Amino acid sequence: MLLSVENLEVKYGNIQALHGISFHVKEGEIVTLIGANGAGKTTCMHTITRLPPPEAPRVIGGDIKFQGESILKTQPSDVVKKLHIALSPEGRRIFGNLTVLENLKLATYAREKNADLEKEYDYIFDLFPRLKERRTQRSESLSGGEQQMLAVGRALMTGCKILLLDEPSMGLAPVLKYEMFRKLKQLNEDGMTILLVEQNANLALQLAHRGYVMDTGNIVAEGTGEELMNNPEVKKAYLGG
Amino acid sequence: MDFIIQNILNAMQWGSFYALIALGYTLVYGVLRLINFAHGDIFMVGAYISFFVASFLIGPIAGISPLLAFAITVPLTMVLTSLVGVTLERIAYRPLRRKGAHRLYVVITALMAGLVLEYSNLAVLGASRLKFPELIEKQIWHVGGVTLTNLKVMVIVAAIVVFLFLQWVVTRTRVGMAMRAISYDKFAIPLMGIPIDRIIVVTFVLGSGFAGLAGLLFAMSYPVLEPFMGMLIGWKAFIAAVVGGIGDIKGAFVGGFLLGFIEVGVVSVFPSSYRDLFAFTILLLILWVKPSGLFGIPQSTKI
Repeated sequence: MLLSVENLEVKYGNIQALHGISFHVKEGEIVTLIGANGAGKTTCMHTITRLPPPEAPRVIGGDIKFQGESILKTQPSDVVKKLHIALSPEGRRIFGNLTVLENLKLATYAREKNADLEKEYDYIFDLFPRLKERRTQRSESLSGGEQQMLAVGRALMTGCKILLLDEPSMGLAPVLKYEMFRKLKQLNEDGMTILLVEQNANLALQLAHRGYVMDTGNIVAEGTGEELMNNPEVKKAYLGG
Repeated sequence: MDFIIQNILNAMQWGSFYALIALGYTLVYGVLRLINFAHGDIFMVGAYISFFVASFLIGPIAGISPLLAFAITVPLTMVLTSLVGVTLERIAYRPLRRKGAHRLYVVITALMAGLVLEYSNLAVLGASRLKFPELIEKQIWHVGGVTLTNLKVMVIVAAIVVFLFLQWVVTRTRVGMAMRAISYDKFAIPLMGIPIDRIIVVTFVLGSGFAGLAGLLFAMSYPVLEPFMGMLIGWKAFIAAVVGGIGDIKGAFVGGFLLGFIEVGVVSVFPSSYRDLFAFTILLLILWVKPSGLFGIPQSTKI
């Protein structure tokens, strides 16, 4: 088990955002969390990455384990540096005042000095050729789709073992959405474990091996992508029919 | 002609002091979006630290030559002053940041921290002024009709070297890249595996260290120290940083020198009591035309 969340309960101030949720991700899997706005998906991601206050909620119960060990006491930067968990956050959050290449370079901040990074840059530029074309541009001048590619590329450059993606399709035109999901599939085929948060349930379930449905801080259904797609409740609530 | 060159030199000396202090305001603002109002007082603390270090070194216990004492005082003052800056960050600003305090409260904390530094100095050392010992024998060179002192040259060279160094740090090093990134969006910094507090500490080390250097050079140039010496010069340097475009290294440097030139320019024509009135009116006009400062870009990118 690479990542397991066990009965996790968190609060923002006095408001409980997660009411004891459990899920897990095995190595090599694509697992998705789907659900409407406010279901607690992003909260979940921020809790796993241990973001410093005030962004992250307070854990009041349960545990998050990575390779069997609790990570609740891990420093935020060590989540990336030592555990190799990377997040491409909601809304991309790229550093718009840096160039594309600088964004990728900055993501290698915590890596070992003598790591051979050339291959990894090449891998990302192969995956997203647009980034290579625009590598010397200020990243805020990129289009939305390109910024999303950069956000994913940047997360990969941290040298992660598991990639957390928060709404990678948000604000993208349909063509770009499919394109992005094809790239994610390719990433997974190359061995990357992915935990994907999506509002676009249809797309996410087609891609994922397994999925969990979240609703107001609880997990209300789980199963393989196919099972969930055929689950009448899920269909009714999230798949538009 | 000599008169003009002489005034240009004087302007550059004052500009150097303003620039050295303004750089600290701009660094901290660029990274934390915090106007560190205690920074002028860090400069004052730097001057006092250099006084004690220098007095001890040439005093009866250590008893080394003034020149050697100077060589030791420079780095030691910078290190000790940066420790003061880091301590300030640790006990005053960091706890507020952790609790997600509104910027207003952090700025007020900075103002109060500055006052605490001033008045604790007053309480401990009293109101009497201290006389800074002479470390370097003053040399006066006459080039044509222009008078040059070794100290003046040193101050100007120091400001330029510090500017080039910071420019290099911010544009060429990994830490500098992280500083620029924080100024754009703090949120994603930990996601890159970057310990955000460490970058902030580096920022305070740089800003306070160079304020300490400015304090030392100022004390050598105008060797009378008093607890409130950092107040007005701190305000002026802050305004210089804003006029240059706060958050931008170049802006702080240019803003500092601009203020120096305006002040000396005014004094060379008008009675010296007009100096600050004219200087600040001109700066007001600059902001009126360009509210984001000379090198400032509205919001998005700083440092």
